[in-house]
Amino acid sequence: MVSVVYEAPETFQDAIALLVNAKVSASVLAGGTDLIIQMRDLVNESRLVVDLKKIPGMMQATISDEGLELGPSMCCAELTKRDDIKALYPGLVEAAYLIGSTQVQGRASVGGNLCNSSPAADTIPALFVNVAQCIIVGPDGERTVPVEDFVTGVGQNCLGKGELLRAITMARPAANTADAYLRFIPRSEMDIAVVGAAVSVTLDDEGVCMAARVAIGAVAPTALLVPEAAEALIGTKIDETALRAAADASSAASKPITDRRGTVEYRRHVVGVLTKRAAAIAAERARGNKA
Amino acid sequence: MSEAREFKYIGQRTIRPDGYDKVTGRANYAADLSLPGMIWGKILRSPHAHARILSIDTSKAEAHPDVMAVATYQDFPHVSSEMFQAGETPTDLLDLARNLLADDKVLYHGHAIAAIAARTESAAEAALSLIEIDYEVLPPVMDVADAMKPESPVLHDDMFTVGLAEKPDKASNIASRMELKKGDIEAGFAEAEVVVERDYYTPTVHQGYIEPHATTVSIDEDGQAMVWCSTQGHFDVRASTAKLLDMELGKIKVVAAEIGGGFGGKTTVYLEPVALILSRKSGRPVKMVMTREEVFRATGPGSATRSRIKIGAKKDGTITAMQAKLCFEAGSFKGSPMGPGCMTVFTPYDVENMYIEGYDVVVNKPKVAAYRAPGAPQAEFAAEMAINELADKLGIDPIEIRLKNAAKEGTQTVYGPKLKAVGLVECLEAAKNSAQYQSALDENQGRGLAAGFWFNIGGQSSVIINMNPDGTGTILEGSPDIGGSRASIQLMAAEELGIPPSHLKPVVADTEHLAYSATTGGSRTTFATGMAVIEAAQDVVRQFKERAAAVWNVTSEQVEWVDGVAINTAGEDKLTAAEICRGAEKTGGQISGTANINARGAGPSFAVHLCDVEVDKETGKVDVIRYTAIQDAGKAIHPSYVEGQYQGGAAQGIGWALNEEYIYNEDGIMENAGFLDYRIPLASDLPMIDTVIVEVPNPFHPFGVRGVGETGIVPPLAAVATAVSDAIDVRMTDLPCSPPRVLKAILDAS
Amino acid sequence: MTKTHVTTSINGEAVEFLCEPGDTLLSVLRNELQMTGTKEGCGSGDCGACSVTVNGRLVCSCLVLGVEAEGAEIGTVEGIESKDQLHTIQKKFLEHAALQCGICTPGLIVSTKALLEENPNPTEEEARYYLAGNLCRCTGYDKIIRAVMDSAEVMRGEALR
Repeated sequence: MVSVVYEAPETFQDAIALLVNAKVSASVLAGGTDLIIQMRDLVNESRLVVDLKKIPGMMQATISDEGLELGPSMCCAELTKRDDIKALYPGLVEAAYLIGSTQVQGRASVGGNLCNSSPAADTIPALFVNVAQCIIVGPDGERTVPVEDFVTGVGQNCLGKGELLRAITMARPAANTADAYLRFIPRSEMDIAVVGAAVSVTLDDEGVCMAARVAIGAVAPTALLVPEAAEALIGTKIDETALRAAADASSAASKPITDRRGTVEYRRHVVGVLTKRAAAIAAERARGNKA
Repeated sequence: MSEAREFKYIGQRTIRPDGYDKVTGRANYAADLSLPGMIWGKILRSPHAHARILSIDTSKAEAHPDVMAVATYQDFPHVSSEMFQAGETPTDLLDLARNLLADDKVLYHGHAIAAIAARTESAAEAALSLIEIDYEVLPPVMDVADAMKPESPVLHDDMFTVGLAEKPDKASNIASRMELKKGDIEAGFAEAEVVVERDYYTPTVHQGYIEPHATTVSIDEDGQAMVWCSTQGHFDVRASTAKLLDMELGKIKVVAAEIGGGFGGKTTVYLEPVALILSRKSGRPVKMVMTREEVFRATGPGSATRSRIKIGAKKDGTITAMQAKLCFEAGSFKGSPMGPGCMTVFTPYDVENMYIEGYDVVVNKPKVAAYRAPGAPQAEFAAEMAINELADKLGIDPIEIRLKNAAKEGTQTVYGPKLKAVGLVECLEAAKNSAQYQSALDENQGRGLAAGFWFNIGGQSSVIINMNPDGTGTILEGSPDIGGSRASIQLMAAEELGIPPSHLKPVVADTEHLAYSATTGGSRTTFATGMAVIEAAQDVVRQFKERAAAVWNVTSEQVEWVDGVAINTAGEDKLTAAEICRGAEKTGGQISGTANINARGAGPSFAVHLCDVEVDKETGKVDVIRYTAIQDAGKAIHPSYVEGQYQGGAAQGIGWALNEEYIYNEDGIMENAGFLDYRIPLASDLPMIDTVIVEVPNPFHPFGVRGVGETGIVPPLAAVATAVSDAIDVRMTDLPCSPPRVLKAILDAS
Repeated sequence: MTKTHVTTSINGEAVEFLCEPGDTLLSVLRNELQMTGTKEGCGSGDCGACSVTVNGRLVCSCLVLGVEAEGAEIGTVEGIESKDQLHTIQKKFLEHAALQCGICTPGLIVSTKALLEENPNPTEEEARYYLAGNLCRCTGYDKIIRAVMDSAEVMRGEALR
């Protein structure tokens, strides 16, 4: 069992001060769907829990001409009801929507998913393909880190002592751009991703792919950007051949392990399947069709 | 005894009498009770899958100010090896004690070694690390095939295989071997024109009840104990506890809380005797609640099995020979359901020549417990897969081949008795006529069918019906209600008494209010407790007649009881039950009916299930898109709860077939000890489960009842696996048909 | 360890309690407040037996800290019925025999109410996916979904009146 001190600061200053001055291990709390479970396993330890939900901006999301500024602690249930966000970033929203059950959705957040930094996190591939930026505040002020550089290893990220994720931003997508996220799980819900794939494509007026980003999850210690898969789509009309090439590129780039959720061979194969399916969906959406 | 008759109440879909408490959260389950002065108990569990305990030092824990009691194996009074009946199967007392608290060896990761009671849950948990244990770690044995090899590490130095021609001189992991046969198996295969022979595997699975084990106990200065617990059989909890702690039965009161699922997993004890030791030593009531992780790591799962089936038949589908070798994992102590597995494996078939060999084998996993028709799902999965392969090979429809060889009234079973009236043929016909069977399949879809059998048991039930002065009544019965049985009890009593069900309140009484009643299991409650309820009601009716006769000054033979009313056949008078009860004080005192029976004549239940699946061939994901469960209930007392048993059994079987398995690492530690990665079916994983209730009455029950709780988990394993095989055109033999396995089968074949 | 004093509202009634900062809301409900209608099946958010609403949002109470209840509105199974009258959902669960052992039932009823408040006309698939976080081992979900769809129909009818 763990002995906990709980604080709920109302400003970033106060939160940072609490974290910097902590005499024991400190954790930040948003939805708690990872943290509270992890704390159950601790024995004879002390922990400072800093609840971020009262800090203005952490639980809100705004769309402007620049794009999206997402409060990291906004719960997924609320995020997925935002039609304005869904219209611009359908893949991100569907990734957030996949995290756990309805009950977990009522608490879990994109920021929490990112900061927990699990190799299988559902939102991270979607954040990658949307070129998300992580706005970090800490004792030394504010800094911005591209999301691909945020997660550094299994359960590890670039946040230093006293640092917090203040916001996640994404630029407004260009015209004829859309993203999609798919994950594979053995049941229909609830499971941690065995494999995840996110794709964003931008098409020109002829339907030719001008730009693309492909990111895969749960097949390496961190989510991976797969430039070769994106290359396979660029310049094509995202036909069967291009899709198959993108799939092969994802499989080749993956570095999966065998664990209780899947085998190496299985993950390598399925990441290719999901890449081509996600790319096809993103393409349909970019063409203006419902998908 | 049970020709088709018009029932007044039986067959109605009444609201279950305990339902209001259940939908409001008022119903009290085992973890819901707290007592004044209560303290909490926690268990220290083995970090090793297989090790000798060289020393245990509890002194630091005992010295800690928060700790109020510590218990180890040494706190059991002298326990010796003795088989006793507690639950459905006989148990070795020594094994039970050593499972509850390890003696000189730990035999699975999570094996309980010691227990601590402290003022708070967290204090008890924190104090566990104060117990110092010295281990000699041994290599774990994690699979039945490895355990059976002569060179395997041995779990028990004193285990010498029982049931061999010559007693072995070397200890092994094979606890026992069993053989069942009839006819001439050699001759049978000689006659065969086609043979199917194949190996099958089913993994370790858990019953998956949503409520973890929990108990609150107290013991007073006079040694009078109270145990409140989650159990399928409180009288057997009393029996086990009395034996383990050397107490008199009369000094232990066990109250069965409402139970949040059992499926056989709660027919044994884990916490209760340990909690009593802590309570005695601390002088305080003690509460112990298992975490979900403890449930997976340390309570009895269902056996993993490796089977070989060989079936011989003529080209026209007549089966001439059936042979099986069934190897069951018992977990850390002997006692897998290998026996029932051998008895049920081929019982849906009327075939002269059978030879069945079974092995009960220990491995470094938790000691197995019963899981719904224990032994039968594993064994019959293998047999039904082989039959379906045979049907395929011969180009015969899977229903037709079963009809051709179906067990029926008069069939000689391999385990001794001849079957009385049974409903397998009727179930097969219903399958043939079902909408699902008539429907067409699309691309990437497959269909599977399988039969299933379970004997069902009778056994002892005690019932008291107390009539109140206003004509309402209370039915005291001793069968913990795991599925809504109180509704059926209420209906059966109402039918016999002729009184509306709402006037009768069924109560699951505790061990001080009734004589011994056997554990709820073996699909016995509606049959055996039902029979006792009917007899107790007949006792009440007899007394009603006597009282009416006294009032009218006639003999009781002259009184008839019709629809809840006494009628004077020698005159015009009538008296209702309420009127007789109101006058009971004057006619001789209050009226109670009793029955303490040992019910015989349990009727087996056959089932046939149909499953359609769709497979995503690029990922191996299987979706169950349609399912029909057809089963013989004899007589459905409350159809909704009969349907519920069919659907629940099907869902568990589907989970077993598709995604459920214990995953171990090379140190013998379970990696998926939670509901996240031990994947039981979700609401979004299943379609509506259509049910067909076949009724071939059981001639030995007054209303024709057959137990239905267990058979329903038997057919789904093969129905699903056959459907998957059909969809991907590759024969699956190992469960679960999880996506990686299905994809591998597809890719290997292409 | 000093306990924290929390002031909250549960099923519309003002409530105060003391708890350790590390205690979950589930533990507080069951052990401090003796509201044992909310059940613990797993303690890790995988089974839904502990479902409650916090400020109208459906959550697992095993994944909420007791101290987070400060100033919030909590909804539990005990608050579903009104003054000894069962809610339509509770009646339908009974009518359809949508429970066997009943341990998952409180969580399912809280979740069903949340579902129908958000979506009064769900399809069968929508209902199944919304309730996927509520595990049931006894029923195979068939009768539960029937009870949910029937409740939805009755409640839509009542809303029109």
